[in-house]
Amino acid sequence: MATRIDTRDLTAARLTATRRELFQSAGVGIGAIALAALLDGDGLSASPRDPRNPLAPRPPHRPARAKSVIHIHMVGAPSHLDLFEDKPALRKHDGEPVPARMIEGQRFAFLRGHPRLLGTRFQFERRGRCGMPMSELLPHLGAVADEIALIKTMHTEEFNHAPAQLFMQTGFSRFGRPSVGSWVTYGLGSENAGLPGFVVLVTGATAGAGNSLWGSAFLPTVYQGIRFRSKGDPVLFLSNPRGVERDDRRRAIEDVTALNRVQLADVGDPEIATRIAQYELAFRMQSSVPELMDISTEPPDVHELYGTKPGRESFANHCLLARRLVERGVRFVQLYDSGWDHHGDVFGNLPKKCQATDRPIAALITDLKRRGLLDETLVVWSSEFGRTPMLQGQPSKKPGRDHHKDSFCTWLAGAGVRGGTIVGTTDDLGYYPVEHAVHFNDLHATILHLLGIDHERLTFRFQGREFRLTDVGGVVLDQMLV
Amino acid sequence: MHRPTLLLLAFLVSAPGAALRAGDPSHWAYAAPARPDLPALDHGGAWARNAVDAFVLARLDDAGLAPAVEADRERLLRRVFLDLVGLPPSIEAIDAFLADDRPDAFERVVDELLASPAFGERWARPWLDAARYADSNGFQRDGHRQLWAFRDWVIDALNADMPFDHFTVEQIAGDLLPDAGNAQRIATGFHRATTVNVEAGVDQEQDRVNAVLDRVNTTGTVWLGTTLECAQCHDHKYDPFTQREYYQLFAFFNNTPLETSGHDGARREFTGPRITLPQTAEERAMRDRLREEKKALEKRIGELEKQQAAGDDLESTKGELKELEKRLAQTRPDSSLVMVELDDPRPTNVFTRGSFLTPGEPVDAATPAALHPLPGDAPRNRLGLARWLVDPANPLMARVTVNRWWGELFGRGLVPSLEDFGTRAPRPSHPMLLDWLATELVRDRWSRKRAIRRLVTSATYRQSSRVSPEKLQRDPENRLLSRGARFRLDAERIRDNALAISGQLCRAMGGPPVRPPQPPDVWRVTGVVDNTYRASEGEDRYRRGVYVVWRRSSPYPSFVNFDAPDRTACVVERPRTNTPLQALTLLNDPVYVEAASAFAKRVLSETRGAPLDVRLTLAFRLAVTRRPTASELALLGRALEREIERAREDPKRVRATLGDRRAPEGVTREELVAWIHIATVLLNLDETITRG
Repeated sequence: MATRIDTRDLTAARLTATRRELFQSAGVGIGAIALAALLDGDGLSASPRDPRNPLAPRPPHRPARAKSVIHIHMVGAPSHLDLFEDKPALRKHDGEPVPARMIEGQRFAFLRGHPRLLGTRFQFERRGRCGMPMSELLPHLGAVADEIALIKTMHTEEFNHAPAQLFMQTGFSRFGRPSVGSWVTYGLGSENAGLPGFVVLVTGATAGAGNSLWGSAFLPTVYQGIRFRSKGDPVLFLSNPRGVERDDRRRAIEDVTALNRVQLADVGDPEIATRIAQYELAFRMQSSVPELMDISTEPPDVHELYGTKPGRESFANHCLLARRLVERGVRFVQLYDSGWDHHGDVFGNLPKKCQATDRPIAALITDLKRRGLLDETLVVWSSEFGRTPMLQGQPSKKPGRDHHKDSFCTWLAGAGVRGGTIVGTTDDLGYYPVEHAVHFNDLHATILHLLGIDHERLTFRFQGREFRLTDVGGVVLDQMLV
Repeated sequence: MHRPTLLLLAFLVSAPGAALRAGDPSHWAYAAPARPDLPALDHGGAWARNAVDAFVLARLDDAGLAPAVEADRERLLRRVFLDLVGLPPSIEAIDAFLADDRPDAFERVVDELLASPAFGERWARPWLDAARYADSNGFQRDGHRQLWAFRDWVIDALNADMPFDHFTVEQIAGDLLPDAGNAQRIATGFHRATTVNVEAGVDQEQDRVNAVLDRVNTTGTVWLGTTLECAQCHDHKYDPFTQREYYQLFAFFNNTPLETSGHDGARREFTGPRITLPQTAEERAMRDRLREEKKALEKRIGELEKQQAAGDDLESTKGELKELEKRLAQTRPDSSLVMVELDDPRPTNVFTRGSFLTPGEPVDAATPAALHPLPGDAPRNRLGLARWLVDPANPLMARVTVNRWWGELFGRGLVPSLEDFGTRAPRPSHPMLLDWLATELVRDRWSRKRAIRRLVTSATYRQSSRVSPEKLQRDPENRLLSRGARFRLDAERIRDNALAISGQLCRAMGGPPVRPPQPPDVWRVTGVVDNTYRASEGEDRYRRGVYVVWRRSSPYPSFVNFDAPDRTACVVERPRTNTPLQALTLLNDPVYVEAASAFAKRVLSETRGAPLDVRLTLAFRLAVTRRPTASELALLGRALEREIERAREDPKRVRATLGDRRAPEGVTREELVAWIHIATVLLNLDETITRG
């Protein structure tokens, strides 16, 4: 009799009930091998999820280069043509109409008629031993150019912010798919039992697609990103109400636990044991999270390096927090920074944004390196798309650039990344990839690869089919890896 | 084969045997359910109360398992209250039930609950998840929208026990019914609940197509238990649906107008059809009066200007006018989003590789060949589609629907994948029971209340949820239903329950969404949109969760922590996780902190002068319905005394907790602080947030 093991209702969709109960049933009829197969619906090696702690670390498919990821999303989309892509031809033809063949059949968010080219106003310089071109707006990043692998030919399928942000984070331009950070924590769990596995830090307004960008969609919600906040409670509802001190809280939790134990003995539902464990974890988080968020304990040279000021909400503070998070074993840290959507006055606005971000990002790489963490931390910098080589607005009135989905820049640094590499080449205007176009599926496959995960095997059964982050695509970018 | 081995295989064997080819139209779920005979039971089935039990018991007999005993009366009462109306029983209701020794006492309670308006409020929640109902647009510029009349329509329809076929037709095509009134139009808000992106620079056609795709996919999930989505880009790999058929379904939904305005690309507004909701005579009179006042003020300003009168008078009159205009704007009638059909149908094409930029072969509206036929004379519009869905020949709708209701009451469906009945879905645990329930639903003229009544009055439902280690091993997931189900409440019921326990719950129904307190700075999305969260005043803070404003970019935080979706897409089953953030929410969310305080005061003022045990017993019963055991009571008593002692030693804490608030008569402030501790503990019990 041909039988297939059905993992649909045994995958983590029922993690809270099924896995827990199945786990308990080990050795009672279902053989150990069958059990391992059941619990291993996601294709990761035979290590059952600990039902008491679904975030417990799990071994990857194969030895990993990276243990954690710091994923930086520049919301709104910075101009790659003024930061990383030095295009003399674009400067030369500044103000001329874009060649008609380039925009044939193209749709734009705002540009209409026959737009004109806009050359950069910034100086480019070759930085590092590798000679990576970078604009004068990135003096600090230039100093760590040899750590960076630059993708010049990133492209996407969407040219509006919210759908493109979803695409960048979930590989799908509509709502309803898990984010990359959720997939990673689902696959690997996290190293610190006192902190969430996937932490999000937002500077400025939340990106257009909202909390879905770090949502777990159909994966269990324990794998969604948890936003840490610089103002108020670092995690919503973390601090005790007025009049309740830590010891008071301890007694309350002990009383809850004592009564829950009575129930557990009476009704026998293992879910109660899980609840008891979660209250203990909550209590630990009440001290571990504030300790983590308090950057005032960092020495002055660290603050000097990042440009951080304790007590403020700033991108710099978030970079330093990112280091503190991975240092403590958090699996996936995501930084969002808004304000990069320069439809107007790109030459006035871009320098301001770079001033606030260039130094802390470079500091993060330097700091991780000197602590020996860069070897096991992958840093990814990207945006949902890039900006057009054509200008938007009037040439005489502080022009900007429109959204551009066909080619833009992303970079990686750290664990397993070959620093100083440049992937892909673009045409003279930086409009289209000429060689080696890179899709977000490829970037996602590469991130998972560095974490030791085979992107085709990290799957979740939902609606009768196996979903994966890279859908039906994804090629690991070997040429930029060690 | 030996029985237990068979059983084990039934657990492990996948629904489609390896021999089944992908897209097999002979899949069980695509054949109309045949009404099975009730199984004969060896021992006469003394345990069984109704047909449900006969099927369940037959399966248990096969497995050599016995059903569990009936749950204690108090636990059973609480279970059925939470399941049917989402609220705990009052002390009076508990006492009345305990005193009622008539054999049908339980059935009487069930009937009362089914007749309660709270029934609709509780059962609206899963339906609103499926409808992806929200009060904002989603995406960048997650602007606010008015659709709450649809939410109220759902609650009313559930309370009126609108037959599920009507319920379906009105929501898919109420506007096309010959006698469509306001209510039928409001019902079509179901498919206007899609997200819309009004971010500047959006391609309007793409946005429109995305909404239509969502309507097709949601219809497939909700009424057919089928994942049509795959067929957007290519023929379905596993189920018998082609890409062409997908766009034939698409054609049914392709004839509604654009829902955004603006043609130059820069600015977009969310427009699209909506109806104005009728105002009460009072509201109309108020609006007329303000209009009159406005006219008078304008006239006066004109006169003053003519007189070139001194500035002061003119300025103050102008100020008055401004104020008045604001008030007038507030009296503007509310509206609700609806579907309307274009006079000239849009042509529909297959989208090559799923992209609207590459239209292929043109197609007309039609239904998939693998399912029952669309009658030749049926209109090729949404109304034709709606009637096709509710056709008793539809093999899926009754099964899918009754399976979801089963899932709500038993914690998991007879088919565990509530969203998918396709060839890759697990087989039902009780196929004959599922088919019997499905055929019974049709016989009952699609009455939801009768179906639910049948389930909750069964002996299967009434079983105790206590589980022995042996049963946990033999039937770990309780697929065989050898005991009562025990699972955590959903987000809304956890809050509703706490508000009911503390005596704060406001039972007012319907109307615009309410905003209970939430931490500052949670709403802050990009774009030109109002991010200020103004918490409601007064009783609106304590309304049921179904009325809480749903902002898609950041839904109400405590709901998120208890697995509420963001309502950007159709969800027919919420996950149930168990996390530290849930503990933090119940311990520290100001809503729960306030509830604990109100709960403590309630107990103290309702038991003035009573001994400690009486007070603790009342508190315990309010929280979990049953009386505490001696050991639980002792534990609470010790905790209370310890906390009173602590409070006495620590006046600072008392001041910090209570401020200037006074304790109820006859109670010291120290005692009140200790009672707040007890109330917090009780609100945090696993049992309090669980129905079991």
